[in-house]
Amino acid sequence: MSSQTAEPFDVERVREEFPILDREVGDGQRLAYLDNAATSQTPDRVIDAMSDYYRGTNANVHRGIHHLSQEASIAYEEAHDRLAEFVGASGGREEMIFTKNTTEGLNLVAYAWGLNELGEGDEVVLTEMEHHSSLVTWQQIAKRTDADVRYIEIDDEGRLDMDHARDVIGPDTEMVSVTHVSNTLGTINPIGDLADLAHEHDSYIFADGAQAVPHQSVDVEALDVDFYAFSGHKMCGPTGIGGLYGRKAILEAMEPFMYGGGMVRKVEFEETTWADLPWKYEAGTPLIAEGIALAEAADYLKEIGLDRIDRHERGLVEYALDRLQEFDDIEIYGPPAGERAGLVSFNLDGVHAHDLASIMNDHGVAIRPGDHCTQPLHDVLGTAASARASFYLYNTKDEVDVLVDAIDDARQLFG
Amino acid sequence: MSMGSDMYRQQILDHYKNPRNYGDLDDPTFSHVGENPMCGDEIKVDVLLEDDGETIEYAAFSGEGCAISQASASMLTDELQGMTLDELDDLDRDDVIDLLGVDISPMRVKCAVLVEMVAQDGAAIHQGEKTSIEKTTTE
Repeated sequence: MSSQTAEPFDVERVREEFPILDREVGDGQRLAYLDNAATSQTPDRVIDAMSDYYRGTNANVHRGIHHLSQEASIAYEEAHDRLAEFVGASGGREEMIFTKNTTEGLNLVAYAWGLNELGEGDEVVLTEMEHHSSLVTWQQIAKRTDADVRYIEIDDEGRLDMDHARDVIGPDTEMVSVTHVSNTLGTINPIGDLADLAHEHDSYIFADGAQAVPHQSVDVEALDVDFYAFSGHKMCGPTGIGGLYGRKAILEAMEPFMYGGGMVRKVEFEETTWADLPWKYEAGTPLIAEGIALAEAADYLKEIGLDRIDRHERGLVEYALDRLQEFDDIEIYGPPAGERAGLVSFNLDGVHAHDLASIMNDHGVAIRPGDHCTQPLHDVLGTAASARASFYLYNTKDEVDVLVDAIDDARQLFG
Repeated sequence: MSMGSDMYRQQILDHYKNPRNYGDLDDPTFSHVGENPMCGDEIKVDVLLEDDGETIEYAAFSGEGCAISQASASMLTDELQGMTLDELDDLDRDDVIDLLGVDISPMRVKCAVLVEMVAQDGAAIHQGEKTSIEKTTTE
């Protein structure tokens, strides 16, 4: 690591790139945007990449001979290489499929691989902390294929029980699908260890990187995963675009997910052959502007430095945990600071998370109440809903203080 | 003050902290459950009718939820006493929001109207005007 990346960055300078952070909400409250696990804000240069594309380059890709189409094609195809490099996929574009989001990445593999390969007696192993995008998808594909779903349990502090993982992952396991970072607990899961376990039993492993890729340096080859998915809109990119990494050999062997134009090589009335990777998995006109803007977002994060972003967020969450732990009427879910990513879910005694979020909103604080698309996990936690504050590179300790003041206001109001 | 704070006036908080008609009836004429999937709130409404089979003698509710849904259930069950099933059927969402007496932010309207929907569905099922459903949902 160079000395430059070891230095903290200047948050105020970072904030200047995100004009939305200057706006007021409600009756002139200063916005404290702490809902980054749901979606992140977008820096000017990503917005510019998108509008520049429409103003200067817009054309359909792949088949065009004309100048604009060539430019658009090159930019769109190179965006795949940039994202592949961003997550450490040495195969470049052939191992990087653009999807709508993490959910689509999961569905792509569940349909293209799961529906074809799973059968009675086969097992898909998930965790109790899976997002619905993974849990519902595999649950339903398992139903259709007569496969079984098993869940790795969590311990009292929201870590995966690795002894249980060793029990659950076995000879019948065909797929281990786990979240890299829990969107509710903030737990960072030991993906490399789980990959070893999966591979010992000739199972694939799919890691959901929606809450990891935006916040920490990810290397899919070091993690030794077979599939890895993430969403653009959580990493300073636009909505509607995400990435799916897959090992080249698996992607070559797998059936397509969606059919149509752009994903074919030769079409006859009776037969069709598929285009090269990754286009085989990108049917129809793809998300061109979004893909190009996503690559810009990845470049932006890389320039700031993922390690520095990670350190900044860990500092914020440590501070938030310190402040929240001052009060014994706040229940915090997930592991202690040092073990968790930059988010914290909690409940204030006697105040429903939705009421808390409404009162927070009066203070200009944007947090998320509810089940965070992890209803079964909330059943395990014994609550229907929680309030979640999630941080990103532009958040400050002052915003954590505003959050704590708002909680105190709710406490007074309901006390 | 913005809309959110306005939602938590003393009357709402009083009904939330000291809900009226909270609990189960021993022998209700009908009973129905509903949920607001967004909040995870679930409310059961029990109704006891008078001998005429039309007038509500007593209504009670149980369940957990946010202050808006709980206060709304507390106030509405109060209001239901002496009301006929036709009058219950005629209620619309504005009536409940009027009852709460505060501006409800758009995202929270479902919390406010849950109890009304549950009571109305329960009555409609009891009268055979609606096919029985296990649970009313706001979505």
